[in-house]
Amino acid sequence: MSQALVIVAHGSHLNPDSSTPTFDHADTIRASGAFDEVREAFWKEEPSFREVLRTVEADEVYVVPLFVSEGYFTEQVIPRELRLEGWDVEQWDSDGTSASHTTLTATDVAGKTVHYCGPVGTHDAMSDVIVQRAESVTGDPEVGEGFGLAVVGHGTERNENSAKAIHYHTDRIRETGRFDEVEALFMDEEPEVDDVAEFFESDDVVVVPLFIADGFHTQEDIPEDMGITDDYREGYDVPATVDGTNVWYAGAVGTEPLMADVVLERAAEAGANVGNAISRVRAETGGVVGD
Amino acid sequence: MKASLSESLRGAATYARSVVSLVHAGAGLYHERTTWRDLPETRRAFLQWVEGSDERGLGERYAMLVDGGISRTWGQLLVTTRLASDGRRRYDLRHEADADGSLDDLSVYTDPLAARHLATETDDGDYRPLKTAPTLRTGWVFPDLSGEQLVQAVDFFYPATVANWHREQQGDLDVTHWRETAERQTGIYDIVDELSGEQVEWLAESCCVDSQCLKRRQWDEDADTELDVPRGDGEFPCREPCSVVVAAARNWAVLEGETEREYTLTLTPSEKNQLEDIIEAVADGRTDEIREADVYDGANRYRARWLRAKRFDEEGGLAGGDAADDE
Repeated sequence: MSQALVIVAHGSHLNPDSSTPTFDHADTIRASGAFDEVREAFWKEEPSFREVLRTVEADEVYVVPLFVSEGYFTEQVIPRELRLEGWDVEQWDSDGTSASHTTLTATDVAGKTVHYCGPVGTHDAMSDVIVQRAESVTGDPEVGEGFGLAVVGHGTERNENSAKAIHYHTDRIRETGRFDEVEALFMDEEPEVDDVAEFFESDDVVVVPLFIADGFHTQEDIPEDMGITDDYREGYDVPATVDGTNVWYAGAVGTEPLMADVVLERAAEAGANVGNAISRVRAETGGVVGD
Repeated sequence: MKASLSESLRGAATYARSVVSLVHAGAGLYHERTTWRDLPETRRAFLQWVEGSDERGLGERYAMLVDGGISRTWGQLLVTTRLASDGRRRYDLRHEADADGSLDDLSVYTDPLAARHLATETDDGDYRPLKTAPTLRTGWVFPDLSGEQLVQAVDFFYPATVANWHREQQGDLDVTHWRETAERQTGIYDIVDELSGEQVEWLAESCCVDSQCLKRRQWDEDADTELDVPRGDGEFPCREPCSVVVAAARNWAVLEGETEREYTLTLTPSEKNQLEDIIEAVADGRTDEIREADVYDGANRYRARWLRAKRFDEEGGLAGGDAADDE
């Protein structure tokens, strides 16, 4: 039985970098050989969600949304556009961060089984990616002691699950005790990322936005809001000192190579036979093997 | 005797050539009966199409495959099929504008995944949000792809075109017309269903004609209401308004919600013509072609700057009476 992985992401009509992480993670998984086919699909680029299923030849298709939280896209747009038959959000039986997968067919393609997975952003392994992002930006594989960690989300403007995902990972990382402090901050609600230094006692704070791709929010808004630059076009220092605190700004967590592992884990939990690809990809992308 | 010897040699050469060609044809026939038989249907149909199986018979095809290959275009892509010495097909894929380019002149690629990156920007470095826009960059070649790799590369350049083309060939292309697409939209796109039939015509004329997109538009306002705008001559069909069209429609639905007003502007006839020239030049993507000092072209930069200097008021807009403001 052949199997395909379809990674669905937002993409952009304006910003070519939006789809870059999707392509990169897809390539890592292609190289692992875990799937007969790997295909990217986008809301704003091509192939569209609407037409991607017809481009894969496999009978078993694992669809993994490269989105940070459960909500409008994962619950309404993607299932509607993929034409998943009989989709009901209840099938995920989720509390807002616990969607795993459900198995359906799609009216677009006869004879294929579609395993529709929860978004990468709420998977437990995402906590590891956030920590790894902190390691990457500080260049210190042991980073933690003496450091604060801020996990930044968009906020509840449109979707309460967006904040739930941020709190979920913040709590999980805090419980490990690795960082002196771990806080959830937001762009458009309290506590706001603008005042990052106020929420930490540590002299050094790593700021990791839970966003899939770098773009307007992560490259322009957040750096300017935090005050690590006056004009995003001039860039910013890492670390940059704001009100006496060294801010280590990591950019979108979704660009971290270890994200490929989260995609694989989602598909594996939905029943994909990925062999030992998870441990191989973790090793390759700097993750901890075998945990 | 001499004449007869040379005749014999010529005969022998001709005979040798025909034996070679028979061997090739045999190998090719074997290939069709074995390798191709097990391919997924869509891929096989496309590989048969690129070597013109709908236009010529097996014998003619094999003679051509051996002697220089068979070329066919798919959008702006040029695919050339050749028969390798082992009887397998190998494919050369490049931009049609590079048909005569040698491998030394072009950037050579072997991995179909590279197509995804080649498709991202135009020759000028502009982002291409619409993969089937006729703006594919030039200067690259995949000189030696397998059939599977060719289809993969084509699907990265022009996603889903092979699948949709094949469905159309089979007579079961699922077309989704404008009204159905518009009514399905939610969120910020919810309002696109407010566009009238006439506005949908303008939408298709703006975004969907051959100068803007190489897909052949098969959707209409609805199944019973055809649009007058030309569908295009493309090889592969467009089965539904795409995300670029829906996003554009959203903005036009918003803008069309404004009430029309009357403005009173003072322009010379040449200035009115100039405004028309500027709109035409932008709409046709011609601004880059207008020569620096060609002040006879209404859309020339110096001409536009003159008009701005003369006619814009202190607020940076066209000075003119707005009837509504006077009410």
